[in-house]
Amino acid sequence: METKPGHKGHIGHVDQVRTRYTKFARGKLTFIAVGFCILFLLMIISVYVGTANIGLKEVIWAIAARFIPSVPKNSLYYSVIWHLRLPRVIMGVFAGAGLAASGTVMQAVTRNPLVSPFTLGISSAAALGASVAIMFTMSHSLMVSGKFIIIINAFIFSLLCTLLVFVLSRKRGNSAEALILAGIILMYFFSALTSLLQFFASEQELTAMVNWTFGSLSGSKWDEILIVLCVLLICIPIMMWFSWDLNAMIAAGDEEAATLGVNTSIIRNTCLIISSLITAVIISFTGIIGFVGLVAPHLARLVIGGDHRFLLPASCISGAIILILADTLGRTIVSPMIIPIGIVVSFIGVPMFIYLMMINREEYWG
Amino acid sequence: MSFRVKDLSFSYGNKRILKGISLNADEGEIISIAGPNGSGKSTLLKCLNMTLKSQGTIFFGDINLKKMKSRQRAQLIAYVPQNISGSFPLTVFDMVLLGRRPYIGWRAGARDFAIVSEIISFMGLSHLMLKNYNRLSGGERQKVLIARALAQEPKLFFLDEPTSNLDLKHQLEVFACLKEISKRDGISTIITIHDLNLAAQ
Repeated sequence: METKPGHKGHIGHVDQVRTRYTKFARGKLTFIAVGFCILFLLMIISVYVGTANIGLKEVIWAIAARFIPSVPKNSLYYSVIWHLRLPRVIMGVFAGAGLAASGTVMQAVTRNPLVSPFTLGISSAAALGASVAIMFTMSHSLMVSGKFIIIINAFIFSLLCTLLVFVLSRKRGNSAEALILAGIILMYFFSALTSLLQFFASEQELTAMVNWTFGSLSGSKWDEILIVLCVLLICIPIMMWFSWDLNAMIAAGDEEAATLGVNTSIIRNTCLIISSLITAVIISFTGIIGFVGLVAPHLARLVIGGDHRFLLPASCISGAIILILADTLGRTIVSPMIIPIGIVVSFIGVPMFIYLMMINREEYWG
Repeated sequence: MSFRVKDLSFSYGNKRILKGISLNADEGEIISIAGPNGSGKSTLLKCLNMTLKSQGTIFFGDINLKKMKSRQRAQLIAYVPQNISGSFPLTVFDMVLLGRRPYIGWRAGARDFAIVSEIISFMGLSHLMLKNYNRLSGGERQKVLIARALAQEPKLFFLDEPTSNLDLKHQLEVFACLKEISKRDGISTIITIHDLNLAAQ
């Protein structure tokens, strides 16, 4: 029943509008809270599940033993939990959340639902950086400090790629289209260089290079996790601060958004730099984990809508859940072998994406 | 305070679109700019709301609009564009809430929600308030954009062919609405249209 515009209606009607919206917003918060609980549950299940058969009670004792000295400590279980399982689960959560946040923001800022954190070529650049480092460390037999060099180099190359993307698209005013185009060009370029390197590499080097690109949580260390956490703690609040601007940017073109007081080029450039930073840090440690950055925002948008105040946290949660599921699967399917997470995520990601394409076509994004 | 434009000129590269345009608008006054398609009406509006850089002076009272910061300007000028852009999953309420962006820092306050609720009720959009914007008809979308512009609490209201997607009934409703709002809140309104009959309204 439509009311005519200009019909003031008495105060009660306006209050109704207000209350309906409050309920709506609360519903979204509830969803997010439930998501958190599901994530937490999955984390516990993931730590419990594994090749070494550890009972649930023993898991709890092993975790408690670190904090409460009086608890009896089984050194085998303690090692497995604290050096193998907890690191990979927690790194998985942070990596999933970071990549998902990255993807969400990039999709908003480019107004393009097909964009992922890797659209600007970062993954290819990181792979090249890692390959160069692998060749270098292996030819100089620097195996011990080798991993450190690989991480740093992958990171440097990622940042270099981001810089190049901005430089290349400057002529076109760093518009969304120009940035994406530059990213694609650089992706091909870096991929070609990586392939060249692989062509000349020895068998041992080649194996290491290819393995790096699979993406893995197996080597996760606590200091790496700390670094990722710090980056997330700085960057995600910044993204949340931009929520209103991101909403404005998806709701309007650059010109229209400017009339709402939104400085679109500053927002776009800042967000792309932050996204690239988060992505670069994560994949330098884990190798290439694709799909999460693309799919998680879409899944979250389906449940919670496009309002970034709620979408960002929801994306982070769905990204974390996806990675934990993928990791648990990868560890159990052909136990005791561990299928690298980058591979499992791609397999899970494809049916998810097909599902997204089949349902609700009109509703969630054009 | 009145809105005064003097000697406005604009060119796209070498092509001169606007030359020496001057106009005045008082509080509560509605000005219609009529003309055939391609005559530069949209360009004029874009120059007026500072989307395009033009030559000439644009003042509101004694405030030089060209020297204003983007956010303050958004609190003064509201713009309803001609093309209804894209499709995206934002509810009508959230869309109108975007009009409060120039006033919101970290969180939207009670006043922001109150204003949006009132506007939605006033414009007859309450039955659509939680519907996704991209599910609406052209006419409904236009109303939402006008509501969003109103949420900015502007003193200047620029609309680019605001009724081109509406049927006659809605066109008349929207104009009646604009007339009432202009008078009630003392907003100077500039509308571009290509239908002289409507201009007469």
